[in-house]
Amino acid sequence: MTENKSPQDIFSSFQDYITKEQDMREEIRVLVRTLEQSAREVLTVLQSVHQPEGIKHVSDVCAKSRAMFPVIRQQLADLAAKIPKDEYYRYHDHWRFVSQRLVFIIAYIHYLEQETLVTREEVASVLQVKVIRGEGFHIDLDDFLMGLLQLASELSRLAVNSVTAGDYGRPMRIAKFVGELDSGFRLLNLKNDSLRKRFDALKYDLKKVEEVVYDVTIRGLRPVEDKDQAKGEGQT
Amino acid sequence: MKGLYDMYDATPGSRRGRRTEHKHANSGEKRDEENVPKLDENSNVFKAFKQYQSELDGRHDKYERLVKLSRDVTIDSKRTIFLLHRSTGSESKAHIMEEAEDKLRQIQLTKFKPIAAELQNEDVHQFLRAISPGLQEYIEAVSFFHYLRDGTLVSLEQVQKDLVFDLNANLTNPESTRSGSPSAENTSTENTVKLAEVYVSPMDYVLGIADLTGELMRMAINSVGTGDLELPFTLCSFMRVIHDAFLSFGNVARELPRKLAVLKQSLQKVESACYTVQVRGSEIPQHMLVDVISFTKNIHNDFDDATELCPEN
Repeated sequence: MTENKSPQDIFSSFQDYITKEQDMREEIRVLVRTLEQSAREVLTVLQSVHQPEGIKHVSDVCAKSRAMFPVIRQQLADLAAKIPKDEYYRYHDHWRFVSQRLVFIIAYIHYLEQETLVTREEVASVLQVKVIRGEGFHIDLDDFLMGLLQLASELSRLAVNSVTAGDYGRPMRIAKFVGELDSGFRLLNLKNDSLRKRFDALKYDLKKVEEVVYDVTIRGLRPVEDKDQAKGEGQT
Repeated sequence: MKGLYDMYDATPGSRRGRRTEHKHANSGEKRDEENVPKLDENSNVFKAFKQYQSELDGRHDKYERLVKLSRDVTIDSKRTIFLLHRSTGSESKAHIMEEAEDKLRQIQLTKFKPIAAELQNEDVHQFLRAISPGLQEYIEAVSFFHYLRDGTLVSLEQVQKDLVFDLNANLTNPESTRSGSPSAENTSTENTVKLAEVYVSPMDYVLGIADLTGELMRMAINSVGTGDLELPFTLCSFMRVIHDAFLSFGNVARELPRKLAVLKQSLQKVESACYTVQVRGSEIPQHMLVDVISFTKNIHNDFDDATELCPEN
C-alpha cells in the first residue's frame, strides 16, 4: 500500500469514468434506435400476412422480409463492435427490447415458412451473432424466450385472421404449435421475473387459439385432409 | 395433469395467481381430454427447451449462491466496522486494528474467493446486482479501516488488489492468496496459477465510500464523548472533501442522490458538533459537552433514523 492517491485524484478519476460511460451509453442508444427502426420496418411488411390476400402469399411476404435482413445484420454488427468483450450485460438494457423483437420476427418468419419452432442457433445465424456468451455478442436466453412468447401472441391473432380469410386448416396447426410451445415453457423453472409474467400470458393465447379451433370444428369447417396432414407436419 | 396448472398459474403468495387458478382449472380439463400436445421426449422442441432449462437453472443457482455469499460479506463487514469503532480512544488501538485486519482478510479468503471462483469466465455485470450490497459494505469497512490506519482514503486500485485470488492456491495458506506477495516457492510447486478477481465496479466503490461518511460521523460524535476534541475537526474536513466530490457527480446512479442526502446530513451533524466544541468547548465541562452535542444531533434524527435503516436493504 505505498501508492496513496489523494481523494481529489480518486474522485476525479471516477468523474472520468462516469463521463466515459455516459458517452458510451449515448452512442449505444443511437445505434439501437436505428436498429429498432429497421426492425419496425420488417414487422410492418410482415403484418400483411393478416390481410386476406397476404395469407395466400405467405412465402412472398417472408422472402420480402428476409431481404431486409442485411441492413439489420449490419446495424447489429455495428452495435456489437461497440460493446467491449465482457461488458455485454453492462449495457444489455439498451438492446434488450430490440433483440426480443428481432427474435420474434425471425421466429415468425421461420414459422410461416416451415411451421416449426426456430432454434437459438438459427436466430444467431440469421443475425450473424454468436450463440454462447463466451464467444462474443449474442442473444441473451431470456430475450430469446421473450421473443418466442411474443410469437405465440402473434400466432393467436393469425389464427383468427386466417379463419376470416377462409383458411380453416391453419388454426389447427397453430393450436398444435402453440400447445407445444406451452409445454416447452412448462419445462422451465422460471423465477418471478418479467419472463415469468410474460409466460403467464401464454395461456390466454393458447386459449384463444383453442377457441378458434373449437368454433371451426363444431361448424364442420375443419378440412378433412388437414387432420392427417397437420399431425404429420407437427412431428417433424 | 392438475398439478401442471398449479405450477402454471399460482405464484406463491400472489393473490392474483391464486384467484385465476380456479378460473382456468375448467378450461384446463377441457384441454386435457382434447388436444394437449404430448410433448415427445425426442421432439426438437422438447430437446431445445431441456437445454434452455438447464441453462436457466444454472444461472439462477449461481445467482443465488452469490447472493448468499454477498450477504455473509455484509454481515462480517458490519462486524468489522463495529470492531473498529471500539478502537477510538482506547489504549488497545493497535490490537484492535490487528484484529480488524485479520477479519478483513478472512472475508477476502472465505467469502470473496468463492465469489471470484463463481464469477470466473462470466460477465461480471450479469451478476453485479447479486454481489453489490456485500461489496459496498465491504468497501465501507475497508475504507474505514484504511482511514483509521493511514488517515487517507483507500483507492479503488487498493481495494481491487486485495480481491485478486489464485484459485489453485490452498485455502489454508493465506500468504499465497495474497496477490501482493506471491512467494516464489508457491508458484513453483503449483505451476498453474489461476488468477480470478472480484471486479469492483467504480460505482460500487463510490457508493461504499458514501457509506463510509456515516461511520465517520458516528466516530466524530463518539470521540467527543471520549474526550478527543481534535478528532471531530479532522474528520469534518475529510468528510467535506468527500461531500464536495459527490456534489460534482450529478445524477448518475439511482442510489447516488439518496446517499448524497444522507451524506449531507452526516456532514451537517459533524459540522454542528465542531461548532459546539469550538464555541462552548471551553465553558462546558467535558461530560456535559456530549449531551449538548447529542442534543444538536437529535434535531436531524427524524430523517436520519429512517435512512440509516435502509442501507441493509
